[in-house]
Amino acid sequence: MEISLKTLPDEEYVAPGRGGCPGCPAVLGCRMASKVLGRNTIQVTSTGCMCVNYGYYGAPRYPFVHSLFENAGAVISGIDASLKAQGKRDGVNLFGYCGDGGTVDIGLQALSGAAERGHRFLYICYDNEGYMNTGSQRSGATPPGARTSTTPVSKLSPGERRPFRRKKDMVRIMAAHGIPYAASASLAYPLDYLRKVKKAIEIDGPTYIHLQSPCLTGWGIPESQGVAVARLAVQTCVFPVYEVYDGNVFKITVKPREKKPIEEYLKVQGRFRHLFTDGWPEEIAKFQAEVDENWRVLNALEQMANGGENA
Amino acid sequence: MTRVFISGTHAVAEAADLADVKVIAAYPITPQTSIVETLARKVSSGELKAEMVPVESEHSAMSTVVGASLAGARAFTASSSQGLALMHEVLPYASGLRLPIVMAIANRALASPVSIFNDQQDSLSQRDSGWLQFYVKNAQEALDFILIAYRLAEDPRVLLPVMVCMDGFSISHTSEPVEIPSRELVREFLPAFKANYPHLDLEDPKVFNVMAFPDHFEEFQRDKHESSRNVLVITDEVYGDFNRLFGRQYGNVEYYQASDAEVVLVGMGSMMGTVRDVVDALRAAGQKVGMARVASYRPFPVSEIRSALKSARTIGVLDRDISFGAGGILYQDVVRSLYNESGPRPRAINFIVGLGGRDVSHRTIRTCFERLFLASDKEALGTEGELQWPDENEKLLKTWEVGKTYGN
Ligand SMILES: Cc1ncc(C[n+]2csc(CCOP(=O)(O)OP(=O)(O)O)c2C)c(N)n1
Ligand code: SF4
Repeated sequence: MEISLKTLPDEEYVAPGRGGCPGCPAVLGCRMASKVLGRNTIQVTSTGCMCVNYGYYGAPRYPFVHSLFENAGAVISGIDASLKAQGKRDGVNLFGYCGDGGTVDIGLQALSGAAERGHRFLYICYDNEGYMNTGSQRSGATPPGARTSTTPVSKLSPGERRPFRRKKDMVRIMAAHGIPYAASASLAYPLDYLRKVKKAIEIDGPTYIHLQSPCLTGWGIPESQGVAVARLAVQTCVFPVYEVYDGNVFKITVKPREKKPIEEYLKVQGRFRHLFTDGWPEEIAKFQAEVDENWRVLNALEQMANGGENA
Repeated sequence: MTRVFISGTHAVAEAADLADVKVIAAYPITPQTSIVETLARKVSSGELKAEMVPVESEHSAMSTVVGASLAGARAFTASSSQGLALMHEVLPYASGLRLPIVMAIANRALASPVSIFNDQQDSLSQRDSGWLQFYVKNAQEALDFILIAYRLAEDPRVLLPVMVCMDGFSISHTSEPVEIPSRELVREFLPAFKANYPHLDLEDPKVFNVMAFPDHFEEFQRDKHESSRNVLVITDEVYGDFNRLFGRQYGNVEYYQASDAEVVLVGMGSMMGTVRDVVDALRAAGQKVGMARVASYRPFPVSEIRSALKSARTIGVLDRDISFGAGGILYQDVVRSLYNESGPRPRAINFIVGLGGRDVSHRTIRTCFERLFLASDKEALGTEGELQWPDENEKLLKTWEVGKTYGN
């Protein structure tokens, strides 16, 4: 089945009445993925917003395990091994859907182990760039210059201030395991996202998708603007959308026609407001330089994959 | 049935094989390692048809067997010491999900200071995790109790995970003659696995590890407690079946010369073999001494202990562990079992012994019995006398008064 708006099922795989903030992009990302995955799915979600969103009021219409905060990768490994041992592995979509805290920080080890051992699963990290369920604390995926409750803004500090600035680059960390497929995806480009989900779930091995998932409360954006902010992240190249095959072959799947300045992305979010109002212009300049450099490197990696020719 | 000469770790691996476990996930740590090594060999040679998951930590080992059990297969793991401590967070998760996982423990001290040697601090520190805990006395029992553990864990009246604890080295690495039962008889005792608990099922989807708010939470805990207590009700039946099929009778407590004893030593694990020897020697000299070895630590056989010990004059509890600032862990369970007894209660003394692999020798046990007789004649013990370290090296203790050396 080719993924298009026409082929996606009308059926919903989540019962109505789920918890969480109205308009939560993380919920949207999960609901969308489930339209590709269907009912023969087992979902594992680490502690965080999504286990509250799905694990209490509204339940998915397929088995759902709320793991602990840091062990989703290992619980997934056990389910995979168990189904294999019972001869029941075929036809089951084993799917992790976990926050950035549960993925890039406390859960990194378990996920890395699961990937390295070669279990069959699709793991999607919904990256809302912080520990949102516990009230918006910083994580290893929080961008520099962002205000969180543990990186407060003051005269001395512009918020998150990691010495090497870069947030953990989880797609490349996962790709470095040599797994068959790792990708990033955006809610603003749903067909691109869902084609990646489909590609990944058909692979007999570990696959990873890093989905940017703006957080309404944590990022300080209006309920209706989650997807719009995600679009700006791609258009400014703050969040490039690409795939990596077998750890080495890079392909950028969405190339903005015109690369917008990052101010357009930053200024619509409360967590970056102080950069404009409290006089941190050098923070914005550093951020832009970093985005430019990352975009350049990514394009170079893609060219390398094409044998040096420009795609 | 065959009779072989093997160590405790090997016996445990044979038991896991006999139990036909389908998923094994474990991480190396002395003195447990040879359990997983033996199982890895069995899986790789095709002798045991199971998935072996060589995880990257014990936290993941426990999480992996949780996933495996949730997905409906018989799962097994093993650990010791630091590894078991690292699993801590996942243990109540497993018991709360009511998964019949079995884990073998080769007991070892907890750092710091580092020791690879035996005491029971590691598993006793996991006392309140909702797991059943059995302590065995030799390699044969280690094998037998893995089978018994699965039978109990999977009983619909129980549905709780089980730890089978054997002393590191003295059982895990000591070879003894062990009877390996036939697969046919084992199948009769432990039927082929059927997931009779809430598990992952595409036809009957459920949410696992839900949030429970204050109006629901306590009932989940209460049910775990009641199910754990059910073990005491069904063990007669289970041990009876075991004896009928394999010819070895077990109990939740093993007594030796205890019924008419004036003084009784209570304890767990391999050191109780030494106690038994000393009981024989002292009985031959006309002293009325006895022994009670606790096999089922969780659930704790409160009324059984009460009726067995209430008529003794003095009891001593041997603890190969210590709850710092309070005393031995087993002591607290034993003494509280006697508290609500009407009429005269035995006096009780707590002996801390065998920490970090210190030998619990015949002499140590003789000292304990001597002190019990002494205490029987004294009016009051006082708090100092209640907790004793019969093997302590006083000189060494004086040189290690950390505050005196570093505090000034
Ligand atoms: C071991 C452990 N440490 C801390 C917590 C508290 N905690 C629960 S959710 C959470 C943050 C989750 O962050 P993330 O994975 O990014 O998901 P989000 O809430 O942002 O969706 C924290 C710190 C916990 N549940 N377990
Ligand atoms: S706090 Fe953010 S991530 Fe969590 S439910 Fe609300 S919008 Fe979604």
